Amino acid sequence: MMAWYAFKRHLTVFRRTWWSNVAFNFIEPFLYLSALGIGLGAFIPQIDGISYIQFIAPGMAAAAGMWAATFECTYATFIRLHYQKSFHAMLAAPGTVAEAVTGDILFGALKSMLFGLVILIVIGLWGQIQSPWAGLIPLFLLLPGTVFSLLALAYTGITPHIDYLGYYVTLFITPLYLFAGIFFPVSSMPAWVQYLAWVNPLYHSVEVCRALVLGNIYAALWLHVAILLAYTVCLGWLPAYLFRKRLIT
Amino acid sequence: MEIVIRAENLRKQFGDVQALKGISFSIARGHCFGFLGHNGAGKSTTMRMLYGLSTVDHGYLQLLGEQVKLTPPHLKRRLGVVPQEDNLDPELSVMENLQVYGGFFGLSYRQARERGRELLDFMGLSGKENANVEKLSGGLKRRLVIARALINRPSIVILDEPTTGLDPQARRLVWQKLRTLKAGGVTLVLTTHYMEEAAQLCDELVIMHEGEVLAEGSPAALVTRHVQPYVIEVHLPREQIPPDIVEKAAAFGGEAEQMAHALFLFSKDGKKLWQSLAELGLPQHACYLRGAHLEDVYLKLTGRGDNLI
Ligand SMILES: Nc1ncnc2c1ncn2[C@@H]1O[C@H](COP(=O)(O)OP(=O)(O)OP(=O)(O)O)[C@@H](O)[C@H]1O
Ligand SMILES: [Mg+2]
Repeated sequence: MMAWYAFKRHLTVFRRTWWSNVAFNFIEPFLYLSALGIGLGAFIPQIDGISYIQFIAPGMAAAAGMWAATFECTYATFIRLHYQKSFHAMLAAPGTVAEAVTGDILFGALKSMLFGLVILIVIGLWGQIQSPWAGLIPLFLLLPGTVFSLLALAYTGITPHIDYLGYYVTLFITPLYLFAGIFFPVSSMPAWVQYLAWVNPLYHSVEVCRALVLGNIYAALWLHVAILLAYTVCLGWLPAYLFRKRLIT
Repeated sequence: MEIVIRAENLRKQFGDVQALKGISFSIARGHCFGFLGHNGAGKSTTMRMLYGLSTVDHGYLQLLGEQVKLTPPHLKRRLGVVPQEDNLDPELSVMENLQVYGGFFGLSYRQARERGRELLDFMGLSGKENANVEKLSGGLKRRLVIARALINRPSIVILDEPTTGLDPQARRLVWQKLRTLKAGGVTLVLTTHYMEEAAQLCDELVIMHEGEVLAEGSPAALVTRHVQPYVIEVHLPREQIPPDIVEKAAAFGGEAEQMAHALFLFSKDGKKLWQSLAELGLPQHACYLRGAHLEDVYLKLTGRGDNLI
């Protein structure tokens, strides 16, 4: 129950700031789509039979979901944990560490969905949505959103100082972002990079989003979903374990 | 008398630091129980163990009839907690803070708002409902934390330095509210650095020192047990105090104690000792006669080690 109450708390705070939060996020994909889609796209004939802007647009939605969960569960969580002591407040109420952490995971996943949805609207307005299957994307983004929340929380749980959070973003999330098949197909990379892509959760998210946007539905998509589920199951316990070590002395 | 909290031989180790070295205490329902002690004495460590932020690794802790290793949610439901560090939500208004916190206890936002209004009234915060928490003064924040701790109508309220940083009026307001709670049957567990606060509020208290309990009892009993009823404070630089003051004072039925870098002369008969000051070699204008109180006990018990004579 506490997980739900914690989630509700995050929503209450979000309600105050969502407009500035979300509106700002319209701008970035818009810039990327114009710069890369139109600018760079002029030099790129076609990728896998679609225009460059068509190729990158779905990946932007997947990436937005990743960034949203990542920032929520690194910086925002860190501030709640160490500066605002919100976790301490929740733990003085009838709840456990696991429940309080679950509140953050739920909220990270929700933010993934919302921010992905914003991008989806942008690319829709841009005329880059080919299939009604795209309507499933927000729902789907809850899954990679959960995975990225879990990863970020695990790192936040072992981070001694807020400055170290930047390393997570530059050394971990940025490479995931660049080698996820958003800007170029992974198949154009050496074989070993292609193998690595399979452990990149964002790669799976991008593949599913692209298939849904293009209406290119095939059975192997379930494999991507299954891998993301496997991540969720395998990592599910980790943040609570690390936060317990932090909070309960 | 029903015991709601019983601790036996609690110990706590943080790396090399032994924060608690085996403390025991029992707290009766409806009492106000105090913890006094210097910075780092282990008061907050004890409080955190009570409200479920710290595990009981060694020793025995019983809370509301159940043995606990880490206070479980169903017991936390019956506690109110005022932590040493304020942990309000700075992004939310005063009322939203109460609503969110009430939400943690399963109150709907509407129920929490109603209860919150009562509590704001109770803590002298009415009219502040929509104020931004970040913009409240330190003292108002503290009062809000206390109000918040009462949202679930707890039967035990744990207050870790509730009045630190409050002005004298606000402190007295809090004392009055705590008395009201106690009159309503609520058990209070309190840490403080203010002796007057402990003396005014506590039925029973312990004086802690470096993770140990040095003394336990009611404020009045502690004063009777550990010091004589009168005390003369001597405000003189060390070199102007006669070196044989201990023996001299003893000759007049007094007991000289060097505590917290000052000289105190305790006596059963304050007047008599006062009249003998000249013979002790102490000028009257540098001396001050008063009844002994809890602070004297505290200084006497914990001040060992900084004797200068
Ligand atoms: N999580 C922790 N890790 C390491 N040491 C700790 C931890 N918590 C407390 N300590 C140490 O335990 C000792 C007791 O600390 P505690 O906070 O209980 O003191 P206190 O009596 O509340 O002091 P104060 O009056 O300053 O609040 C201190 O030496 C402190 O440094
Ligand atoms: Mg303390």
